[in-house]
Amino acid sequence: MSIRRQHFTAILAAGTLAAALAGCGSGTNATATPTSSLSGEITVFAAASLKTTFTQLAKDFEAANPGTKVKLSFAGSSDLVTQITQGAPADVFASADTKNMTKLADAKLVDGTATNFATNVLEIAVPPSNPASISSFADLAKPGVKVVTCASQVPCGAAADAVEKASGVALTPVSEESSVTDVLGKVTSGEADAGLVYVTDVKGAGDKVKGIPFAESDKAVNTYPIATVGSSKNKELAAAFVAAVTSDKGRKVLGDAGFGAP
Amino acid sequence: MKTTTGYHGVPRWIYAVAAAGGLLVVLPLAAMLLRVNWPQFIPLITSESSLAALGLSLRTSAASTVLCIVLGVPLALVLARGEFPGQKLLRSFVLLPLVLPPVVGGIALLYTFGRQGLLGKSLEAAGIQIAFSTTAVVLAQTFVALPFLVVSLEGALRSAGNRYEAVAATLGAKPTTVLRRVTLPLVLPGLASGAVLSFARSLGEFGATLTFAGSLEGVTRTLPLEIYLQRETDADAAVALSLVLVAVAVAVVGLSYGGRRRTPAAVQS
Amino acid sequence: MSFELQASLQARNFEMSLSLTDHETVAILGPNGAGKSTLLAVIAGLLRPDSGSARIAGRQLFNLDAGTRHWDAPHLRGTALLAQEALLFPHLSVVDNVAFGPRSAGAPKAAARETAQRWLAEVDALQLADRKPAQLSGGQAQRVAVARALAAEPELLLLDEPMAALDIHAAPLLRRVLKRVLKDRKAIIVTHDVLDAYMLADRVVVVENGRIVEEGPTRQVLERPRSHFAAGLAGLNLVGGTLGQEGITTPDGRVFAGQHDPDWSPVPGQAGVAAFPPSSVSVFLGDVHGSPRNSYAVTITDLEPHGDQIRVRASAGTDGTLSADITPAASADLGLAPGMEVRFVVKSALVSVYPA
Repeated sequence: MSIRRQHFTAILAAGTLAAALAGCGSGTNATATPTSSLSGEITVFAAASLKTTFTQLAKDFEAANPGTKVKLSFAGSSDLVTQITQGAPADVFASADTKNMTKLADAKLVDGTATNFATNVLEIAVPPSNPASISSFADLAKPGVKVVTCASQVPCGAAADAVEKASGVALTPVSEESSVTDVLGKVTSGEADAGLVYVTDVKGAGDKVKGIPFAESDKAVNTYPIATVGSSKNKELAAAFVAAVTSDKGRKVLGDAGFGAP
Repeated sequence: MKTTTGYHGVPRWIYAVAAAGGLLVVLPLAAMLLRVNWPQFIPLITSESSLAALGLSLRTSAASTVLCIVLGVPLALVLARGEFPGQKLLRSFVLLPLVLPPVVGGIALLYTFGRQGLLGKSLEAAGIQIAFSTTAVVLAQTFVALPFLVVSLEGALRSAGNRYEAVAATLGAKPTTVLRRVTLPLVLPGLASGAVLSFARSLGEFGATLTFAGSLEGVTRTLPLEIYLQRETDADAAVALSLVLVAVAVAVVGLSYGGRRRTPAAVQS
Repeated sequence: MSFELQASLQARNFEMSLSLTDHETVAILGPNGAGKSTLLAVIAGLLRPDSGSARIAGRQLFNLDAGTRHWDAPHLRGTALLAQEALLFPHLSVVDNVAFGPRSAGAPKAAARETAQRWLAEVDALQLADRKPAQLSGGQAQRVAVARALAAEPELLLLDEPMAALDIHAAPLLRRVLKRVLKDRKAIIVTHDVLDAYMLADRVVVVENGRIVEEGPTRQVLERPRSHFAAGLAGLNLVGGTLGQEGITTPDGRVFAGQHDPDWSPVPGQAGVAAFPPSSVSVFLGDVHGSPRNSYAVTITDLEPHGDQIRVRASAGTDGTLSADITPAASADLGLAPGMEVRFVVKSALVSVYPA
C-alpha cells in the first residue's frame, strides 16, 4: 500500500534528520586534572550552538571533580536570558553573542564580568554534491541559486547582514529562517543550494554538508561570553566550571568543534 | 437545545473542576492581554512585516480551506458511504495528521514535494517548484487541516443517514444529482463547521510550514512564523500579533458555533 | 403480465416471486421481519439479491441469473418509494420537494413546479406549497410525499407502510387520498392494516419467513384465510387439518365440525382449514357433558379487553393459539386467569371449512 510506504519513509527520514541535527558525537577524551575538593551541583544555561562541546566539557569536568554534577540546559540565547530573568535556577550562562550577555548584565544578574571564551564565524554550507557550484560568497548572488539565511532578527541573520554590507554582495534568499538549525536543515535535505551558517554548524553536520569558507566572514565575528550568574547558590563550583571552559583543555574541545579563540 | 426540565443531573463539585479547566484556557490568554503594549498596539500590528504576514496567512488559509473542501468532501463521502477493502486503514491515515506533531508532517511533505522528494523530482523536471513557495505553505496547511473537515463531514453524513438519498434515487435522480441536491445541502452545517475548523487550523499552522516551506516575508512567512521570529527581538510585537491571531481564532470559532446554534431556529421560523 | 419479479437473498432468508398486471394494486401483508421491506428494497434497487430477475413492461430492471449481472441503479427503474416516514428533503420547500422528480428527469424549473402544483392539488395539499417540511404535520407531510412520488411518474409505486407513523386522525384522510390516486395504478403497498388491504388493494399477498404463504383477491384471502397471519388480521381463529365429511380433523385427531359452500363437496383426505370468529367460542370450566365435538382443552395465556368484550387467548397445543370473546361478567364469574386450564367450545354453525 503506497500510503503506508510513504509514511514509513517519512518516519525513516525524520530519524535520519534527527541524527544529523544531533551531530556526530565528539570523540575527544580530554582528561582534566583534579582541582580542589569541589562538590555539589550546578546548572549551566548554554546557547544551542554549544550543545556538543558543552556536553563534552561537562562530562570532562565531572570526571575531573568527582562528586560534582553539571546539569545542562540548551536554548536560544535570548530565550535563556528571559528564563534567567524570570527566575530560572541557572549558575552559569554561556551566550552565543555579547548582546544577550549585556542584557543579563543590565538585569544585574551577572557575577563579576563575563569572559569571552570562543568565537564563531559564518561559513557557506552546501549539499555534498554542491549542485550550484558555489565557491565564493559572491556566488550566492548568482541568479537561480537558492540561498537560505537566518532572519535579521536572530544573531546568525545579523551576522549575514553585516557580511553582505561589508562585501557589497546583496543576497536574495528564498527563505529567512528563525534559527540556524532550520537553515542547516534546508541544506541537508537538499531543498536549498546553499545556506549561511556557522563554521561549527558545518563541522557538526559531518558529511551531510560541505563547508565553503569565505574571506568576508571576518566582517562578522561572533563572540561567545560566559559568566557566573549572580543568583547562583554554588558560586565556587560555577566559577570552577567557567575556569574549565576557558582553560587550554576547554579551548581544545571548542577548537576541535570549529570555534575560534577569542 | 433548551433544557425542558429543571433537573440538570450535574453534581456541584463538577462545576469546580470545570472552572479549573476553563481557567487553564482563559488565564494564559488574559495574562497575554495584560502584557499587550496598548499605546503601540496599532503601530505594531500595522507594520509592513505584520501586515504582510497577516495577509499571507489569510490568503493561504483561504486557499487551503478550499483545497480541504475539494479533497475532503469526496474523502468524507467515500469513508461514510463507501464500502471497500482498506476503508478503515484509509480513515486512520487521513486522521493521522490530527495526532502527528506538525513538524513530522513537514518532514513528510519535504520528502514528498521537496526537490529531492518522491513527487518533487518529477515536478521539478516539469518546471514546478514547490519548495520555498506559497504553494508549499498551502500544502502544509492542507495536510494538517484536512482531517478536521473530513471528521466533521463524515460525522454529519453518518448522522444524516442515507435514507433521503435512497428516496431521491427512487425519484429518478442520478447519483451526481443526489449529491448536489440532497446529500450536500443536508450536511451543509457539518461542512460549514468543518471548513471553519480547517480554516482555523490552517491559520495556526506553524511546524509543518517552518519545516517544509521556509520563512520569507510575503511569500512563506505566515503570522505564526512572524510571531515566532519577532519574539527573538521584539516581545511587544510578538504579543500584539498573538492577540490578533487569538482575535481571528475567536471570531472563527464564534462564527462556527453561532452558525450551528442558529440552524434549528431558522428551520422552525 | 406487466411487472414480474423473482428473487432470492440467502442472507435474509428471502425467496419470492411476484407479478402484477397493469392497473393492479397489491397489498403485502405479513408479520415483522417477514421480508416485506426487503421485497420493496429489491424492487427499488436499494438491495441486491443473490439471484433473480425483474422486469416492468418488458424492460429489464435486473437479471442476475444464468451468469448475467444486469443491475439497473435505482434512478433508472421508475419505481418510486414511499416510506413510513415522509422523508421530505428538509432544505426544500414543499413545492420543490414535489418538483424533485420532474427536475431530475430534466424538466425545466418552471414546468417542474407546475407539475408539482398539479400533484399537490391532487393530494389536497396545494395550500402547503410554500412551506418547509418542518412546518408540516405528519399527515400533511405524508400527503406531500405521496404527491412527490407520483410526480416522478413511476411505472410502479412502492409504499412501505405509509400510514404506520400517522396518528389515528391523520390516517383516514391519507387513506382516502391513496384510494383516489392508486386507482388504475400499478402499486405495491406493504401494510399491517387489514383496512388498507380492503380499501386500497385488488389483491393480497401474505408473506412469512421470507416466503409468500398465501395470495389472492383481497376479499377471498381475508374472509377465507389459509395462513395464521391472514386469519389473525381478519380476526379469525384458524385450525388446520384434513377434510372430512363433517369438517376437518386436526393432526392430533380432534374434529372441527363446520359449514362449507353448498356447491362444493370436500374430497376426504384433502388438506383443509377451519376458520371461526372468537365470538363463536364459549368458555367452560371442567368437563363438558353432551357433544364432545368442537370442544377443546386449552390453557389460558392472556386476557385482554377487546371492544366491550374480554378476549381470552389460549394455547391449544399443536393447533397454536385460539381466541374467545366473552363478556366481562362471564369472565369474572368463571374467575379466569392466565395459566388456567379451561375448555373452549365452538358453535359449529359459525365454523367455515374450506381447502387449504
